[in-house]
Amino acid sequence: MNRPDWDIVTGWIGEGAGVLDLGCGDGALLRHLIAERSVRGVGMEVDDERVARGVAADLNIVQADLDDGIRDWFGRHSFDYVLVSQTIQAIRHPERLLGEMLDIASEGIVTFPNMGYWRNRWQLGVQGMMPTTKALPNPWYNTPNIHLCTLRDFESLCEGLGIEILDRAVVDQNRRSSPLLRALPHWFGEHAIYRIRKRVV
Amino acid sequence: MSESTAKKSSLDGTTHQPSSVGLVEPQAAHIDTPLLLDCGRRIEEYELVYETYGELNERADNAVLICHALSGDHHAAGRHRPEDRKPGWWDTAIGPGKPIDTDRFFVVCVNNLGGCKGSTGPLSTNPETGRPYGPDFPILTVRDWVNSQHALMRRLGISRWAAVAGGSLGGMQVMQWAISYPEAIAHAVVIAAAPKLSAQNIAFNEVARQAIITDPDFHDGRYAEHGAIPRRGLMLARMLGHITYLSDDAMRAKFGRELRSGKVQYGFDVEFQVESYLRYQGTSFVDRFDANTYLLMTKALDYFDPAAEADDDLATALAPATARFLVVSFTSDWRFSPVRSKEIVRALLATGKSVSYAEVEAHQGHDAFLMPIPYYHQVLRGYFDNIARRMTEDAGTEEGYA
Repeated sequence: MNRPDWDIVTGWIGEGAGVLDLGCGDGALLRHLIAERSVRGVGMEVDDERVARGVAADLNIVQADLDDGIRDWFGRHSFDYVLVSQTIQAIRHPERLLGEMLDIASEGIVTFPNMGYWRNRWQLGVQGMMPTTKALPNPWYNTPNIHLCTLRDFESLCEGLGIEILDRAVVDQNRRSSPLLRALPHWFGEHAIYRIRKRVV
Repeated sequence: MSESTAKKSSLDGTTHQPSSVGLVEPQAAHIDTPLLLDCGRRIEEYELVYETYGELNERADNAVLICHALSGDHHAAGRHRPEDRKPGWWDTAIGPGKPIDTDRFFVVCVNNLGGCKGSTGPLSTNPETGRPYGPDFPILTVRDWVNSQHALMRRLGISRWAAVAGGSLGGMQVMQWAISYPEAIAHAVVIAAAPKLSAQNIAFNEVARQAIITDPDFHDGRYAEHGAIPRRGLMLARMLGHITYLSDDAMRAKFGRELRSGKVQYGFDVEFQVESYLRYQGTSFVDRFDANTYLLMTKALDYFDPAAEADDDLATALAPATARFLVVSFTSDWRFSPVRSKEIVRALLATGKSVSYAEVEAHQGHDAFLMPIPYYHQVLRGYFDNIARRMTEDAGTEEGYA
């Protein structure tokens, strides 16, 4: 059940850290981090079925909609890391969420599907249709993914928000890295994983 | 041997058909340790009536305390007689194979002090006067109740509850347990509750109290000595309460504007179904509840505010708690809305407590906490499964060291 992108995330997180996972699903990544890093974890999830599974797995799960903002729930600096794994593209105001994340924790970890992946470019640029891939399986008219972006889009948003990028990794559809990916991440990275923090002025 | 096998199979997730705890009989404990109350008065000795379901295990670590709400009592599950029309008030959740599974847990529910179902209260004889306490019964707080429940806990040979659970005013007792006796509660299940009443909540309680107190049959609370009952007042109080327990949607779904006789009568008799329902709820309540107890219970609600002693900071008030929390709210509950539960969750998160929170989509209003809503029960079941698992693990660890 281990996934290479989880290994990358795990590698960035310190032993015994406080971790908030936004859009945590059934809490699989949190469980992984508890097992590997003994983190103190809290997950936030809106979907009933997933919340029930997370609670049944003995995790701390808070049921709430990320679109309502997270500032109300947590004080400043109450966690070491906030994770948003494959969720930011489905949020109404990603830019607001990024800001709130970095109020709550000193570092953020964000993963999302890369819209600049070559198959997406091919389908849109050559075939002239909105892409559907393994990472983006939904048709344009019925998709939770309302804010898709490329690596460059994300990095320019971070720049604008005064967010510093500490690490970047890209993986393919099997969530693995390779020399080709590292050489041409914008084209061959299907998923991006960033470690960010507020720029110190 | 067979018992432990059964326990194991239920932990493995093998489902067995939920059933009733069956016929149950209330028990009574006489506590002769004086209870010093928040109001400054003392109760020298008192009686607590309670029910238990399931078996206390050898390690006495599988006990779950259920705290009742405003008009509840110790009869939480099962039936007293086979012909009883209704089972206990939380029968949907307590029983073999139910979320609070009596095949694993020893469940205790107490009629709170000041109640009218057998525990010492306004109907009891005041040893100082030889007459019923009536209005002289001391005003109680949630903390007083928890202290009295703690005395019962020790009487039952329990040093720590695996969980304390309750809805509404019951949920407030759960919070108080976690604050007052952190070592004696492993899990706190706080359902449809609030960290304190809002002005609106207190306003509703005050109207209910005024309805009772201004009833000509109230006789300053000494109605029993006058052979009277403040029926109209208590009935009005209950009718008002019921409106606040239901949501607008639930009332619309249940009654709409349906007329009892099919057409309007241009009079003040019962015409709409909702009127009939409220009057029925009101009158049947008068037969089973005491007006002085109702007054006491509403006051306990009004006074509950653990943060008041911590500079109005709920996180500080909850700081002593070591229990793991589950907080549940219901979307259409406007008496204790999800926003109020969120205050509790936020305070727990602020001090790094272990807490899960579920906001259940439900149209039934405050009453939803008594209903077998699938998602709600799924969360409860999952949570209590973990409690049982943790009990087994703790037992294993200790045996390992022995």
